[in-house]
Amino acid sequence: MNDLLAMLADVTYYESWWVQILKALIIFAVALQILPAVIIMERKLMGRMQMRYGPNRVGPFGALQPLAEIVKFAVKQDSRPRTAIETLYILAPAVSIITAISAFAIVPFGDTVDIFGGQVGLYGIDVSIGVLYVFAFGAIAFYGLMLGGWASGSKYSFLGAMRSAAQLISYEVSQGLALVGVLMTAGTLSLTEIVDHQVGMWFIVPQFVGFIVFLVAGFAETNRAPFDLPEADAELVQGYMTEYGGTKMVAFLFAEYLNMLTVSLLAVTFFLGGWHLPFGIDPPTWVDPIVVLGKLYFFVFFFIWVRATLPRLRYDQLMSLGWKVLLPLATVNALATAIIVVVVDNNS
Amino acid sequence: MSPYDPGPDVVEVIRAPEPGGAGGAYRAFGETLRGLKTTFAKLREKPSTIQYPEEKVPVYPRFRGRHRLHRFEDTGLEKCVGCSLCAAACPADCIRVVAAENTPDNRVSAGERYAAVYEINLARCIFCGYCEVACPFDAITMGHDYEMSDYNRSDLIFTKEMLLAEPLDRTPLRAEGE
Repeated sequence: MNDLLAMLADVTYYESWWVQILKALIIFAVALQILPAVIIMERKLMGRMQMRYGPNRVGPFGALQPLAEIVKFAVKQDSRPRTAIETLYILAPAVSIITAISAFAIVPFGDTVDIFGGQVGLYGIDVSIGVLYVFAFGAIAFYGLMLGGWASGSKYSFLGAMRSAAQLISYEVSQGLALVGVLMTAGTLSLTEIVDHQVGMWFIVPQFVGFIVFLVAGFAETNRAPFDLPEADAELVQGYMTEYGGTKMVAFLFAEYLNMLTVSLLAVTFFLGGWHLPFGIDPPTWVDPIVVLGKLYFFVFFFIWVRATLPRLRYDQLMSLGWKVLLPLATVNALATAIIVVVVDNNS
Repeated sequence: MSPYDPGPDVVEVIRAPEPGGAGGAYRAFGETLRGLKTTFAKLREKPSTIQYPEEKVPVYPRFRGRHRLHRFEDTGLEKCVGCSLCAAACPADCIRVVAAENTPDNRVSAGERYAAVYEINLARCIFCGYCEVACPFDAITMGHDYEMSDYNRSDLIFTKEMLLAEPLDRTPLRAEGE
């Protein structure tokens, strides 16, 4: 049994089951509580960048707007097309949101701390295959879109889903390859160990190309502007979720925002040193989650900033950027890193 | 020599690098950064939104809003004498005037007759201001109110009492050069 546990997760300390459940609940709660903050932040920031106020009617400075919208969506009539396949139609948003939250489980918010009479890691679980776990769930998340588009029983939703599928598949390749450089430098797949490798220097410095490719591919993976072709609210009426309404559509939207948070958190973990601060500042452990959240908000700001700036790409531009620019860049980056790692290893 | 020869006035057009290739990539990257800079600069500016119901755009004095009927300030008598010239001038045919004789017991206007019924159908009115021009006594003028939406078409027929009354909240005015 212990061998099996060691294979699943490299835990060198014992966590009781109720601590694990507590952690899962806290991560779930935190993830879902960040969302409204991110949504209001996006709308306010977008507004200010376009020289308008954004929502400012509900609550102080419009801060309760997401709450009001949730209520609005929740009381909407629950309708679906007659041609829809009912079980899959209901399953699709669930798949989307479950996979989006699952990726949160392994993102480290901090080192282990001594609470509850034992060592507790400030992350859901430290799996030794961390990166693969993330990409596995990323791949399943794409079933959410596909099922949603297909089960709607509408040809336009289906076309939207096919478009999303093409985009997600092409960019997942570049995203994965962009991380190979980091993985080779760190020599591990575990996210906490990758963070610990960045004590001296964050990976953004030696892996700058990888960082850029990861970020651009991350934009495409999360369907954010300028790669929001799967939705393209203005032109293609939301693609795969055309036929969805009410709470099911909210689930899709939440999944999208959660994915944005996940990609931001992964970028923080892989390239921005996770919970470490630069210049050798070593704060107490309880500051770690705040540091991670601060860096997360920096990325969220960047996502919003880019959305307010760049126009949507055309479909062929999207494909040529993915296959002709990002993929070669990521490959060359991985090759160069491999060579450097081997040379450095042989010299030392 | 071609029939169209612009001569020495030809100006070389500076062209950006073609899309694709190193120059295009460089240009795309640079333009992206420039766009990011622009949006970030806008972040620090004040929004140009006017918070409408609370905050109104001031109108010019010559603004042609909802009509108003006037009284003499000293005697309080109505200026309108029910001559129907405004109704005759109205291109949209939205003014209805029924005149009646003033009597010593019931003196409403300064003239011989007065408007017993004075109705303007604001659903039809095109706010051209011809009624104002046609009126020989300056009894009807175009006011400054522009908030006239209502739930019923019949509520848009303004009667004499409504036109004579002072508007509830006055529209802010601005000077001509402002």
